[in-house]
Formats: sequence, C-alpha cells, structure tokens
Amino acid sequence: MGYITDRKRAAGLGSAKAGTEHHWAMTVTSVALAVLTPLFLLSFGSILGASYEAVQTHYAHPYHALVAALFLGVGCIHFKNGVRVLIEDYVHGLAREAAIIAMTCVSYALFAVALFALARLAL
Amino acid sequence: MADVNRGNRPLSPHLTIYRPQWTSVTSILTRITGNAILVSGILIVWWLLSAATSEAAFNRANWVLTSWLGDLVMLLSVWGLWYHFLAGLRHLYWDTGRGLDLPTAEKLAYGCVGGSVVLTLLTIVIV
Repeated sequence: MGYITDRKRAAGLGSAKAGTEHHWAMTVTSVALAVLTPLFLLSFGSILGASYEAVQTHYAHPYHALVAALFLGVGCIHFKNGVRVLIEDYVHGLAREAAIIAMTCVSYALFAVALFALARLAL
Repeated sequence: MADVNRGNRPLSPHLTIYRPQWTSVTSILTRITGNAILVSGILIVWWLLSAATSEAAFNRANWVLTSWLGDLVMLLSVWGLWYHFLAGLRHLYWDTGRGLDLPTAEKLAYGCVGGSVVLTLLTIVIV
C-alpha cells in the first residue's frame, strides 16, 4: 500500500530522490575543516592584536595566507550548506526560497572578499 | 482517496513538550554554534580586508576586534568553533553507524561540552 497522496503521485513527488550529494558535501568539508580549524586558530590567534606592519608580514607568508584562505573558503561552503538545512527546517513558503538564495549569496560574497583580501595581503 | 483525512492526521509532539536532555541540547547547540559563527566570520574577513586596504582602515577594524566587546565575541567564537568541531567529529563517528546507543551518545555529549571548554582554555593559554 502506498501512502503517497494522489497529487504527489501525479507530480512525481514523494521521497526526496536527492540530498545524498548535500550530505556528502557536508561530510567532505567537515573532514577538511577538522584539520584546518586548529591550524587557523593557531595562525590567526598568533597575529590578532599585532601591529599593521606585523599583520602585513604575517600574511605575506604563504603558509598563513593559504591556511586562512582554505579555512575561510571551505568554511563558507560548509556554512552555505549548513544554513540551508536550518532555513529548510524553520522557514516555509516563498520566504524559504528567498532566505536560501540570500544566504547562499552571503556565503559566496564572504568567500570572495576573504580571498581578495588575502590575495592583496599575500602578493 | 488518499486525501480524505487531510488536516486531521495525528501529529507527533514538537520540541517544547520534551524534557531537555544532554543528547537533545548538544544537538541544538551544534546548530546554534554553526550558524552563529557567521558573525565571527564576517568580523574576521572585515579585519583581513581592512588590513589589505590601508593602515587607517586596519586600525579601525583592529580596534573593534580587540575592544572588550570584540574580545568577548572572539572568546565566544573560539568556544563555539571548538564545540562545533567536536560535535562535527561526533557526527562523523555516528555516520559510520557507531556510538548510537544511549549510554554512548550521552558520553559523547559530555565529551562535546567538556572538551570544548578544555580546548577553549588551551587556546587562550597558547594564543
């Protein structure tokens, strides 16, 4: 016996059919971030509060620039996927789509600004 | 006629009816810390952008991040990040099908809360 409603059967709805990719993306980025988080905390923690010149020298070093770029970049993608689940759970109707689009744009914007700033500091 | 009972189906009780437990509270905290970290993310990227712009811009952002309010936000962020880090590792462990029984799940919950406090204190000592 099928529990699906007539309308859903006609529209081909029912089980999600997709979502494995989303879960897998979260898994991959979380493993990457498990490595990057301690590295970034050590790198950023050691320079926050230092002078302007010291910050320039710090991020001119490839290691610190790359750790920050990877952590903030992968972090933004992980955030984009994570906040989507939050929105899907609590926001309904058109506002849901609007919120997902808005937060996706915020995530990519933050990603781009972070890479731009680090590129200017490093090069 | 699958739609006969529409609107009158039994519903499972929602969050507010349950007694808070270690497992449920630590699950909700994972979501709160993960999403709240956006605030610190924006602050840090602003700080980096200002460092790449000019000394005056840097001094402004640096003043905000190292003020008492900035220190408080950064301290909470470090705890939130470590908490989300441990809760994420817990998820990866659960994803392998292990540790899903209640005694283990509760131990993992204690570990996430206790471990995040320990790691936060360690971070303060080291950096």
